[in-house]
Amino acid sequence: MRAFAELLDRLSLTASRNAKLVLLRDHFANAPDPDRGWALAALTGDLVFDAAKPAFIRKAVEARMDPVLFGWSYDYVGDLAETVALVWPARPGANREPELSEVVDALRGASRAEVQRLIEGWLDALDATGRWALLKLMTGGLRIGVSARLAKTAVAAVGPVEVSEVEEVWHALAPPYDDLFAWLEGRSARPTADAPGRFRPVMLAQAIDEAVDFGKLDPADYAAEWKWDGIRVQAVSEGGVRRLYTRTGDDISRTFPDVIEALDFDGALDGELLVLREDGMASFADLQQRLNRKSVTDKMLADFPAGIRAYDLLSDGGQDTRALPFAQRRGRLEAFVGALKTSRIDLSPIQPFATWEELAAQRRQPPPGDPALAEGLMLKRWDSVYEAGRPKGPWFKWKRDPFLIDAVLMYAQRGHGKRSSFYSDYTFGVWSEAVDGSRVLTPVGKAYFGFTDEELKEIDKYVRDHTVDRYGPVRAVRADVRQGLVFEVAFEGLQRSTRHKSGVAMRFPRISRIRWDKPAGEADELATLERMLAQMEGR
Amino acid sequence: MIRPEALLCPRPEGLYCAPGDFFVDPVRPVTRAVVTHGHADHARAGHGTVIATPQTLAIMAERYGADFAGSVQPVPYGQSVGRDGVDVTLVPAGHVLGSAQAVVAWKGLTMVVSGDYKRRRDPTCPPFEPVPCDVFISEATFGLPVFRHPDDGHEIAKLLRSVQQFPERSHLVGAYALGKAQRIIALLREAGWDRTIYVHGALDRLNHLYEKHGVALGPLAPATSTTKQDFAGQIIIAPPGALADRWSRRFPDPVLAFASGWMQVRARARQRGVELPLVISDHADWDELTATVDELRPGELWITHGREEALLRWAQLHDIKARALALVGYEDETED
Ligand SMILES: [Zn+2]
Ligand SMILES: [Zn+2]
Repeated sequence: MRAFAELLDRLSLTASRNAKLVLLRDHFANAPDPDRGWALAALTGDLVFDAAKPAFIRKAVEARMDPVLFGWSYDYVGDLAETVALVWPARPGANREPELSEVVDALRGASRAEVQRLIEGWLDALDATGRWALLKLMTGGLRIGVSARLAKTAVAAVGPVEVSEVEEVWHALAPPYDDLFAWLEGRSARPTADAPGRFRPVMLAQAIDEAVDFGKLDPADYAAEWKWDGIRVQAVSEGGVRRLYTRTGDDISRTFPDVIEALDFDGALDGELLVLREDGMASFADLQQRLNRKSVTDKMLADFPAGIRAYDLLSDGGQDTRALPFAQRRGRLEAFVGALKTSRIDLSPIQPFATWEELAAQRRQPPPGDPALAEGLMLKRWDSVYEAGRPKGPWFKWKRDPFLIDAVLMYAQRGHGKRSSFYSDYTFGVWSEAVDGSRVLTPVGKAYFGFTDEELKEIDKYVRDHTVDRYGPVRAVRADVRQGLVFEVAFEGLQRSTRHKSGVAMRFPRISRIRWDKPAGEADELATLERMLAQMEGR
Repeated sequence: MIRPEALLCPRPEGLYCAPGDFFVDPVRPVTRAVVTHGHADHARAGHGTVIATPQTLAIMAERYGADFAGSVQPVPYGQSVGRDGVDVTLVPAGHVLGSAQAVVAWKGLTMVVSGDYKRRRDPTCPPFEPVPCDVFISEATFGLPVFRHPDDGHEIAKLLRSVQQFPERSHLVGAYALGKAQRIIALLREAGWDRTIYVHGALDRLNHLYEKHGVALGPLAPATSTTKQDFAGQIIIAPPGALADRWSRRFPDPVLAFASGWMQVRARARQRGVELPLVISDHADWDELTATVDELRPGELWITHGREEALLRWAQLHDIKARALALVGYEDETED
């Protein structure tokens, strides 16, 4: 338990992805079986307990100490698990510290009453970090900024093998993954990956560099498709097992029973999950209504009907098609989708074109209908096999040009890691009219990339020289009509948002240019964003 | 028996002893001051006469210049000075080099002004000595049950493991210039780290002073050299303020560590962007505060500064008469 607890402790304060990978990889390489497997399960979300509810933990600690002192402590720390871990008045004579696997075994086997007695014993035996990790593990939600994908990437590094290889076998494995570690360490053969309904690692596209790539590419070698604004999914139906996965292999079948019901085939489809209505696809905001939901209501299913726009076929009637060239897979995909009797799965059309110029014109001015809502285009080589990862050359994404707006820097926050001595996270705003008729800035977004190291130094200096207030790591920067720093902000789209004061939320904002020359008073108005939003919604 | 308030009472300048006519750790210039230790909030320049341990006087002279007071009266540990029937004895407090409790005795009444103290071993100063007394006057910087500092050896091991795990990065440790920095260095040496430790220029003079007083710190070098890559795999110690300062940019992708009792609480570490919190404090934690009061069982407990409400509550639950003095001007282990 100690090694796992110290890992979680470090991860909870580590911002850099690389540093997280090092911490995780070292743990997976050094911790014994089966502890490391349980750690992996906890990090990938495959280990969930409901034995210890926060109310029980609070009662247990208040039975041991003055509730007033506990209350003050909780007020100060603000997190129940952390508070209890710190204040826990351990009774002497506790057993040795439990191993993670002991805790897991006990929690899986024991009744609720037994579990509560066990937990108190463990809390007595562990130190504060161990108690914190135990309570986080038991009450669910480690919330330490590690995705399942990152954990799998770190495990792959133990081999090392490609993460796609781990993903390929993942759904044939179960915690504590002894066979996975045995394979990674060369002690046994690769675990069998042909479990029905399993996930296949996906193929990703590179962003195209217009200036460099088009000169070298022959348009006759490539198919073009629209890049749909939903989420990439894989729909598998084999031997009676039906699954819907995200592109990183997370199983989201339970959130989309309507889609699962429509998987009346034998094969594996690669496509885009969208809200599909009779008059075409809906915006991403509609799809968001369906994402990350624990329970699915009938009303939600009726109001936001989900479906798949298919663009590749990975398995067809038991045959793995991934080694076929795209042209052949496409032919089979068209026949496959054509034979389905559901309106929830349709085909992503191929956009014909003869020259790159012609395609560029279509990208600028998409034909009416669904393509007008697309994020851009995808280019796929007709002869490309389906290869996991992001190989260079066979597939490109060619995004629509971003939207641009001029906004004024309002707050700057210190960054992490390499950037901890820099004010590198910026909140910016645009002008709107206050009740009294004066012009005020309303924050509309936050960005922390898009500038060079040299520019970062200059902005940092500007922030330090123009600070008007400080709140912990945040500085308020002077921003009024006479003085302020203007950023040209690029973003991919806008959505209505009740959580934002401005009423709009930007998708993927970043700093595209620093307008040292532009007077703050000439930055954009909120009304401009509202007009852009109306246009996007109107399409 | 005389009332304790007749011997010591809080005034805006600090705790005042009327029969002996002196203040303890006054925050403003006074005629006579007993100074418990060299931290800036306890030891200020500009007093008429300063009574303190020789080490504390040396620290004050280093910080403020030789003329920091009209005159000085060095009192080594265990020795007393008397005036008008009031005896003041300085006894180790275990806080930093030279730190002392002031034991004030008058007409059979003994009051202990403990200053800042801790109960753990510290390789840079002698340990706290408990003195039986009628009134124990304590700080309460970490006076909340959440503050329970782990073993410092464990925290140092955490730092060294991180250095091993991230050999291409430097480890930048924020530590207060007086006491904490030297303790961290000494603890690293005990843990077997014999490489050069790089230090921020603001620590130089106090490091020398510690060495002159017999605290060996091993090979040190200024953290000012030429190329960035020099510091990969190295440990650098700097005052906390320098961590977020432009000064820190000379190090390659540093792991920011911070040695402080406040690092016990994750939100505080996160707020400062600290990646590796080291819970090492020169103050008594909750368990040490309560155990000390329990051990001494004074007739009264007075609390000078810090989180007094929780300690008052604890005293009340344990039938110990207690009062909060709410002295202002003492800022312990604060950030920046
Ligand atoms: Zn102090
Ligand atoms: Zn103090």
